[in-house]
Amino acid sequence: MSLRKSTLFFLFIALNTVLFAFMFVDASHRRASALPSFAEKRRFVKDLRLTDLCLFTDTRYTRHPSMADPFSPFQDHPFALEHFPSGSLLTPPPHLRLERRL
Amino acid sequence: MSWVEKQRNIIDFTISSLFRRKGKIAALTAVYTLIVFILASVIFFTSAIRREASLILRDAPEIVVQRLVAGRHDLIPLSYAERIREIRGVQAVSGRLWGYYYDPVYGANYTLVVPVDFPHPPGNIVIGDGLKRSSGATRDDIFPLRSHDGAMIPFIIKETISAASDLITADTILISEEDFRSLFGIAGGYATDLTLKVRNPKELSTIARKIGMIYPDTRPISRDEILRTYESVFDWRGGMMIVVLSGSVLAFVIFAWDKATGLSAEEKKEIGILKGLGWETSDVLLMKFWEGTAVSLSSFLMGILLAYCHVFFTASTLFEPALKGWSVIYPDFRLTPFIDPLQVANLFFLTVIPYTVATIAPSWRAATIDPDAVMRG
Repeated sequence: MSLRKSTLFFLFIALNTVLFAFMFVDASHRRASALPSFAEKRRFVKDLRLTDLCLFTDTRYTRHPSMADPFSPFQDHPFALEHFPSGSLLTPPPHLRLERRL
Repeated sequence: MSWVEKQRNIIDFTISSLFRRKGKIAALTAVYTLIVFILASVIFFTSAIRREASLILRDAPEIVVQRLVAGRHDLIPLSYAERIREIRGVQAVSGRLWGYYYDPVYGANYTLVVPVDFPHPPGNIVIGDGLKRSSGATRDDIFPLRSHDGAMIPFIIKETISAASDLITADTILISEEDFRSLFGIAGGYATDLTLKVRNPKELSTIARKIGMIYPDTRPISRDEILRTYESVFDWRGGMMIVVLSGSVLAFVIFAWDKATGLSAEEKKEIGILKGLGWETSDVLLMKFWEGTAVSLSSFLMGILLAYCHVFFTASTLFEPALKGWSVIYPDFRLTPFIDPLQVANLFFLTVIPYTVATIAPSWRAATIDPDAVMRG
């Protein structure tokens, strides 16, 4: 006996919904198993007194965005434009944008 | 006939109707899924980076003091630490030595860091996993670095840092203070910057202000500012992000607009025949509702699931060329999933609901006019 089209449709949606719910379960499981790795990374940050994530390594103001000053993307020569690809992905940190000094 | 049975009959008919236009519907579903996939991948990737940064950088230095000379970050005299230490509330001040090294052999930039207690004697280094991958160097290999006076110094790799810490140490070389100073020619009385330990975190801003008053050529950066930098990382308003997002949103708008502005002659004819056969306007609208739901819900669920696999199982492979840029050393983006249900709900309401409504609106117009007129076109 072949299944009705509506039954197939609901089965397809139900399968996707189960996988969708499983996505949250998997995320929670991965978070729990990542705890030791987080502790390890925090230890590195504390011991080495690190300030930034290593997201990009092509230029210093995207390697250490929190340490960058407002001039660093334009320091190559007078009137230099910022030209590194990673500079188009990262925005300047808020404390530079607001020109706020503590 | 029960309400459920009526709905099932309408869904049976709707699915058959969709299959009669299977080429068009397959293309539509593929484009829709792709749009959801791109948007969800960006959302998953950026949330994971932000949450990971907020957890990892919680133990970053409370205040970093840089010295600026002619708008550039310059070496800071260690004598500055003496007066800063006298500020009330400051527990400890120490110099931090770190810098960059460009390796012309591999075309890569390294970050050299001097740990407070480097466990190996001078002449030895510890390297990050990204550097190990790009150079092929491993434990006990000789890794030469050119010093400021042009001499090659052969360092021995004593350890490599685990790949699990790639997100913070991929390009890092840990080196002793003595080697760092001789490599870059930095005199004993200077450091790259100063780090402070503060007794009461509430006093951070006051202490930073006092430092600025004592040494106007310095720039204090607090831990809150470091954390805020990563809260806004990959902000949707920034650079390429807005290009990717606006492209996807625009594609979706065109897509929904096409649906909302009219039905094809074939679809109008189908509605006319159904009305001629005795279908009520409400039945036609119900059919169109199920049609919109079938396409949008399937695309949404498939797009989200594919995005999750893309970001958390394949380490965002498709984003790799954009993220890599000109970087030679590239961290392995094996991120921990932090999914914000609110963001998923927003994506649902921004994609599924407008499309379903856009499907019903033109059908309502076609279903309310005379069947004969609709069939004649």
